[in-house]
Amino acid sequence: MTKVIKAEGLSKAYQLGDFGTGTVSRDLERFWARMRGKEDPFLKIGETNDRTVKSDSDVVWSIKDMNFEIEQGDAVGIIGRNGAGKSTLLKVLSRVTSPTTGSVKIKGRIASLLEVGTGFHPELTGRENIFLNGAILGMRKSEIKRKFDEIVAFAGVERYIDTPVKRYSSGMYVRLAFAVAAHLESEILIVDEVLAVGDAEFQKKCLGKMGDISKGEGRTVLFVSHNMGAVNSLCTSGIYLKNGMIEKRGDIVSVIQHYNSVNQTLSAAAGSASSKPQITQVIIDADEIIKGNLKCTVFFNSPFVIESPNVGVVIKTAFGTPVFGTNFKLHALNHTNTPVQNGQATLFVPDLPLHYGTYLLSAFLGDDQKDFDLKIDYLTFDFFPKNKLLHQYNIEDIGAVQVNADWSLVADHS
Amino acid sequence: MDQSANKEHWDIEISAKSSLLDLKLKDTWHYRDLLFLLVRRDFVAFYKQTILGPLWFFIQPIVTILIYNLVFSNLAGIKTPGVPAPLFYLAGTILWNYFSDCLTKTSTVFKDNAPMLGKVYFPRLIMPLSIVLSNLVRFAVQFILFIALIGIYYAKGIVLIPTGIILLFPLLVILIAALGLGFGMIISAVTTKYRDLAFVVTFAVPLLMYTTTVIYPLSTAITRYPKYSWIIKYNPVTPIIETFRYGFFGSGDFSWGLLGYSCAVTAVILFLGIVIFNKVERTFVDTV
Repeated sequence: MTKVIKAEGLSKAYQLGDFGTGTVSRDLERFWARMRGKEDPFLKIGETNDRTVKSDSDVVWSIKDMNFEIEQGDAVGIIGRNGAGKSTLLKVLSRVTSPTTGSVKIKGRIASLLEVGTGFHPELTGRENIFLNGAILGMRKSEIKRKFDEIVAFAGVERYIDTPVKRYSSGMYVRLAFAVAAHLESEILIVDEVLAVGDAEFQKKCLGKMGDISKGEGRTVLFVSHNMGAVNSLCTSGIYLKNGMIEKRGDIVSVIQHYNSVNQTLSAAAGSASSKPQITQVIIDADEIIKGNLKCTVFFNSPFVIESPNVGVVIKTAFGTPVFGTNFKLHALNHTNTPVQNGQATLFVPDLPLHYGTYLLSAFLGDDQKDFDLKIDYLTFDFFPKNKLLHQYNIEDIGAVQVNADWSLVADHS
Repeated sequence: MDQSANKEHWDIEISAKSSLLDLKLKDTWHYRDLLFLLVRRDFVAFYKQTILGPLWFFIQPIVTILIYNLVFSNLAGIKTPGVPAPLFYLAGTILWNYFSDCLTKTSTVFKDNAPMLGKVYFPRLIMPLSIVLSNLVRFAVQFILFIALIGIYYAKGIVLIPTGIILLFPLLVILIAALGLGFGMIISAVTTKYRDLAFVVTFAVPLLMYTTTVIYPLSTAITRYPKYSWIIKYNPVTPIIETFRYGFFGSGDFSWGLLGYSCAVTAVILFLGIVIFNKVERTFVDTV
């Protein structure tokens, strides 16, 4: 395998705050330092980029000292929380802005899709915009001409092709824009969460196209998204960014696992010492949810012995629709007759028949009479069904429940 | 194996520093289709949803010279020796318009195109070049108007005899474009972070027209204000307008010395403009 991207000591600093009269003196100071060949006095190395913490310095390192290599044909998912440096990294890689220090070496043509429809002019027709947008993305006119029919067919806007794009519905606009980008012929493609547009059918088409690009055509793809399902089904390896630094690099499953364990509230602890029984902590096993199993443990404390304990869990979709619930009483293996004071109850559901998506978990502690403690929508987690094919479907489109269905097909002969 | 990897060939190298004179001309050449598509976009978008369409290119200069004729020729009584006043004004106006359009549009190129430039890479030099070319199309259309007006006066019996200097016309167009481009790029680079200068441009450029010979002949200025006429004389746009008039009308103050001076100023401004632009385009996205 040959390396196609190599980043060494890559860093990028941004200046916070507003620019105005007050910032001129600092600019002059920096300029003077540079003229004398000294280091920029305002770029204090060593501060991490944590947006939640106040700092004296108004310079922030959006990405800091990144070193990585990407090999040809890799599909790399770049994940991290908001402000972790994903977009800055993509901007530097796609040459929209320069790094503050360090360098990146790239082999082959690189095309970036940080946004769809960049440079679309509302007054121009679809046809004219295909050419303009294609050229902005680096295609030659002859290349666009060759692919023109394919682009129009992919976008499905034949009828509107000679109408100004300002008359398009926003969906059509996006379809056309993505279609142009999808037909770029570059060795490396950088994509930033542009798939969060269009209707479900078109999103699937885009994901499919991206899959073809990385798997079938052997091109290198860098993909930034918060949709872990899409990342998981498209990418082979991943980079997890935190505060502008690479925290984990490896195969995609382990990186997503790491992301989940760090970024989701897979465990939450509540205060202790109370006059009534209380849930002290709930933990979801990050290793299991990425394999399609649900394992969660409810820790509880009580000032007295609960004679017939009952622990329950309810799973809702991110929109708050309950999907299922379970507790001691509902199942054959009944623990309601085991008195307990402090302890933990563990729920394990192998092969949870749910689709990929974000879910909420609520936990309950009570006895056969009443509830002592309710933790409503206590944890948020992304669930990954075992069947990877299912990751590209969304619970918004096909619902939360996976059923074990058999189809039969009989052709009629006349 | 690692040693061979060290000598690997890389197509693109992104680093913090780069040479000021690395203009990426090869890259720019690769994007030439984009340049022409942008010019086409500007041209087409200009008259979309208008009834008169490209005719609007003519209306603006016609109205301008009518007003100039009324105010400066009739009211103020500034003589335009040897040339009908409207023709005299039109010659100055189309050149000045080309210059000021190049300058003002280039000076806001980063700000106007920030959404696009912030999302995709292409050689940034394409943007100012497309501005110069788009305005060249406008200039060409207005030049046709100018030739037509000469024809109308010819039909009326007012014959203007061109001189051999008319052959310098292409050079004059290049000079005026390069001058506008150069000044515009310098201003664009300076205004990415602090926009103060952008305000100066909006009122100073129309005023600067009065320090060139758009509405009066250089000779009149020299005789009336001998002390201050150097401001007009050494305005690099003045020799270009004067040469243009001398070429087409056979009257005006043409001198090789002043034209040479204009060329030298243009070369310096353009060079400075490109170097500064090149330095700023790398990170302007962060501050614009």
